[in-house]
Amino acid sequence: MSQTKKAADVVLQGVTKRYGAVTAVKPLNLHIKAGNLVTLLGPSGCGKTTLLRMIAGLERVTEGRLLIGGRDVTDMSAGERNVSMVFQSYALFPHMSVRENVAYGLISGGVARREALEKAEGALATVGLKGFGDRLPSEMSGGQQQRVAVARALVLEPDVLLFDEPLSNLDARLRRSMREEIRALQQRLGLTVVYVTHDQSEALAVSDQIVVMRNAEIAQAGSPRELYEAPENVFVATFMGEANHVKGVLRDASPGEGMVQLGDLAIRLPHKGLSEGEVDVVIRPEAIMLTEAGAGGVLTGTVATATYMGAHAEYNLDTQVGRLFAIAPEATRLRRPGEQVGVRLADHGVFAVRAG
Amino acid sequence: MKRIDPAVAWWFVAAVGLCLLPWYMVQDGFLSALPAFGTGDPEAASAAVQVFSRGRWWFLPMFAALAIGAAGFLSARRETRAIAFIAGGALGVAGLVLQAWFIGLRGWTYPWLVALFGELGDRQFGVGVGGALAFGGFLLLLTEGLAVRGYFGGDRFVSGAVGVLTACIALFTIWPVAIMLGQSLTASADQTLLTSFLQRFATGKNWGLACLSGGGSCGVAWNTLALATATATSCTVLGLAFALITVRTGFRYKKFLRLLTILPIITPSFVVGLGLILIFGRSGIVNQLVESVTGANMGRWIYGFGGVWLAQTFSFTPTAFLVLIGVVEGLSPTMEEASQTLRASRMRTFKKVTLPLMMPGLANAFLVCFVESLADFGNPIILGGSFGVLSTEIFFAVVGAQSDFGRAATLGLILLGFAATTFFLQRRIVGTKSYVSMSGKGDTGLAQPLPRPVRTFAFAVAIPWSILTVTVYLLALMGGFVKVWGRDWTPTLSHFGRAFAIEWGPGGIIWAGGAWNSLFTTIKLAAIGAPITAIIGLLAAWIFSRKNFAGRGILEFALMLTFCVPGTVIGVAYILTYNIPPLEITGTATILVICFVFRNLPVGVRSGVAALSQLDKSLDEASVMLRASSFRTLTKVVLPLIKPAIVTALVYSFVRAMTTVSAVIFLVSAEYEMATVFIINRSINGDYGLAIAYSAVLIVLMMAVIGLIQLGVGERRLGRRKALAPTPVLKPAQEMP
Repeated sequence: MSQTKKAADVVLQGVTKRYGAVTAVKPLNLHIKAGNLVTLLGPSGCGKTTLLRMIAGLERVTEGRLLIGGRDVTDMSAGERNVSMVFQSYALFPHMSVRENVAYGLISGGVARREALEKAEGALATVGLKGFGDRLPSEMSGGQQQRVAVARALVLEPDVLLFDEPLSNLDARLRRSMREEIRALQQRLGLTVVYVTHDQSEALAVSDQIVVMRNAEIAQAGSPRELYEAPENVFVATFMGEANHVKGVLRDASPGEGMVQLGDLAIRLPHKGLSEGEVDVVIRPEAIMLTEAGAGGVLTGTVATATYMGAHAEYNLDTQVGRLFAIAPEATRLRRPGEQVGVRLADHGVFAVRAG
Repeated sequence: MKRIDPAVAWWFVAAVGLCLLPWYMVQDGFLSALPAFGTGDPEAASAAVQVFSRGRWWFLPMFAALAIGAAGFLSARRETRAIAFIAGGALGVAGLVLQAWFIGLRGWTYPWLVALFGELGDRQFGVGVGGALAFGGFLLLLTEGLAVRGYFGGDRFVSGAVGVLTACIALFTIWPVAIMLGQSLTASADQTLLTSFLQRFATGKNWGLACLSGGGSCGVAWNTLALATATATSCTVLGLAFALITVRTGFRYKKFLRLLTILPIITPSFVVGLGLILIFGRSGIVNQLVESVTGANMGRWIYGFGGVWLAQTFSFTPTAFLVLIGVVEGLSPTMEEASQTLRASRMRTFKKVTLPLMMPGLANAFLVCFVESLADFGNPIILGGSFGVLSTEIFFAVVGAQSDFGRAATLGLILLGFAATTFFLQRRIVGTKSYVSMSGKGDTGLAQPLPRPVRTFAFAVAIPWSILTVTVYLLALMGGFVKVWGRDWTPTLSHFGRAFAIEWGPGGIIWAGGAWNSLFTTIKLAAIGAPITAIIGLLAAWIFSRKNFAGRGILEFALMLTFCVPGTVIGVAYILTYNIPPLEITGTATILVICFVFRNLPVGVRSGVAALSQLDKSLDEASVMLRASSFRTLTKVVLPLIKPAIVTALVYSFVRAMTTVSAVIFLVSAEYEMATVFIINRSINGDYGLAIAYSAVLIVLMMAVIGLIQLGVGERRLGRRKALAPTPVLKPAQEMP
């Protein structure tokens, strides 16, 4: 099946959602480019699903405008918007065959039944389910049901395809292969996709752009690399992977770079427009290297716990700036609790961010 | 294919109602004016004709409304169209209601209108087929306009459904209850309003306490409350014993106990009363036995408080049982296991953990039985004797020699007050204080066996009681097969013969038995009412569990009010309201069907809500995302998936319509007699043989209906998901009477 329509972009201008006194989404601006896969990532209750449902038309926008492909759809119902959605529970109609499920939207839209069923067959082929049309959803595995749900959404050739935590009902191995399939399909058909998840590794794996949300607003938006390697605050840094979080003092801040004092240690760190004074320093566990105590340019630490993990070793280290969690790639020589070590910080994986 | 704009269709409906059909109902029945239509009889003419021929100017606003609505079609602008439809529809509905309300059989209906406009010099009958059609057309034009305007999420189907639901509740619950209220507040001759109301309300007949001091009888209000408290207490204790045995013991005949819960559904409530008379009545088995052995006469104690209490306990224990099965099943065994690991004995665990956890459930069962008892009419009318309760006093106030509608209305008001208070109390308890864990998370652990004393108590109470119940029912049925109970025990089928004789005449079968007429009428009307009940009930359930709109809370409250009005109150309110224009439908089949629909609506709503709560909401949403309209979503996705609930609603509304007494006893006429009313009248006249024979036929019929439908409804084709919504047909909703 080929995507005949050109994918559309999605523009949110000051989009807000309030339920009575509760604000589920604070005024928010976002541009989702055509043909991109954008994930909305965040802990539960951050407003990501509400945002998705507003784009879908299942929730009304309280304030602001919503444009899809340049068309203002704010006041349109879900059916009028030309968007499709894949639900967390798949929401396949259990009393209809797979083919009827896929054809349902076409028939609703006025396509003749016969033609609709033919097109449905094509869509099923696209997701690798040729010949499964006569089955009931309940006769298929979780992964197959997921694909049916995708086919049902795709067959309508939507401007935007929405995914609401599509992989959360699958086991870990299937999740990995399904997310690759979704990504491949999106790239092959050039679809605009908005994808909600709370799993950061899933977001890193599939996205062109990630929007991290917290407390009903955007914490940071950017490419997966930007978010992991240049987080703007402690929340994004800790949410996008494991990170230690300690206090430091920024001195001689030149644009883009500055000296940060961490206890006895002074290191040069990149930063985004911070002013001098107290800052938060985020240290990825893999950026901590253990050396011998007393060497130059290191913090002195004591091993509190040491855990052998097979491929690597994990340590909790007590230092001047607090307890640090470290992952050492080599596990050949496991250090003992109580042992004195030197803590060296790598060039990457350490960031100064605004004190929160 | 271009579809017709629904607004145009509704406009035409209204126009046809105004211009082409007879506006008034001349005789009984909406269509009664049709034969005379066009014959020149001015009263049988359409509104349009009457404006000219009789100068009935009060129809003119409705024609103006038509004109405004038509202006909407001419405009291409969405906004203009919406406003025209809204204005036209609203003006049409308002004009229709106001003229019907203010102009009646004797001209202006209120003195202040006379004062304002002078004598009218004309009069009008009740609304007929034309008026009804016009009302529907204008109403839906209005909701169509509201949907176009963007209300109800722009969904015309939801908008229309809400409109119809609102109109129905207003017409058939709010209005009659308000009329009843007004009646009790009407001043008697030569008295002020307040004194006459107080006299009716605060009279010793209602609130007297003479029985406590030993002189005479207490007021009916106290009688009713005392009876309800006694019944609810005994039913809850018995129900708990049954529930504990069924859920927490390995008792071998559990299935049989569960079967008992079906009895009150398929039997008219007074059957138990009849059975008790046959056992403890003057010529009952026990009395005769005692008399022949000891020579003592036990008298007529069964006619009074004790008898009614006993009968109601028999009738409503299954209801409590049903509520409490759910409660006991919902108890998380882990709580009890935790208690046991904390070194509590079984007895201590039961007292300190199990029982407190069940408290809200027990309170719920108590209140459900309390309301059942308040509203019960069949048992007190048969066994009450001189012991009056509100529901029977209302009846006697209406049909008795006094025919005091003011008093009936006041008593109805008191009963409604009691029922509504209990109802909302119950909802609060169920709503806020439920400890029963229903999270859906797997609760591991085994239910603890009952402590020995509790177990002994439960068995000691439940086993004799269930044997007694079966005995009462069996005896009740046997009474139909002997000549004269207590005097002549010769087996006979003559009672059945009198009721259901069939003869062959020259013109084919002659239904000679006395009962055929009422049986056919009952089946016919119940069969008409059942689908209507199911449709309105499920529609309401769907709207309230899936849709959000302004004013939803108020509509939900009004629907709740419908649920808690006792049958006798509805009966009185209906005759007070529909005896006179504008809606003059007493004595017709229509009023009986309407009565069935609104009395049984809770069944439809509850089974719908229960089924929908098990249906994943994202199925609806998926359908909406797939460009389906609300109507398509409902018919293609929701309804097929809640088929069991539809069947439940159909079966129950049919069965309940066949077995109900309280409301219909006020509404029957010579032409439309109901089976239950026929039976009650026979037994009041002492003709127990025929009454019982008829009851037996009804019970067998009900069992056949339920059995057939259960056979007929196949398993759904859902494969693994079958476990999702198993709503067996025979799972009675925990409803209020």
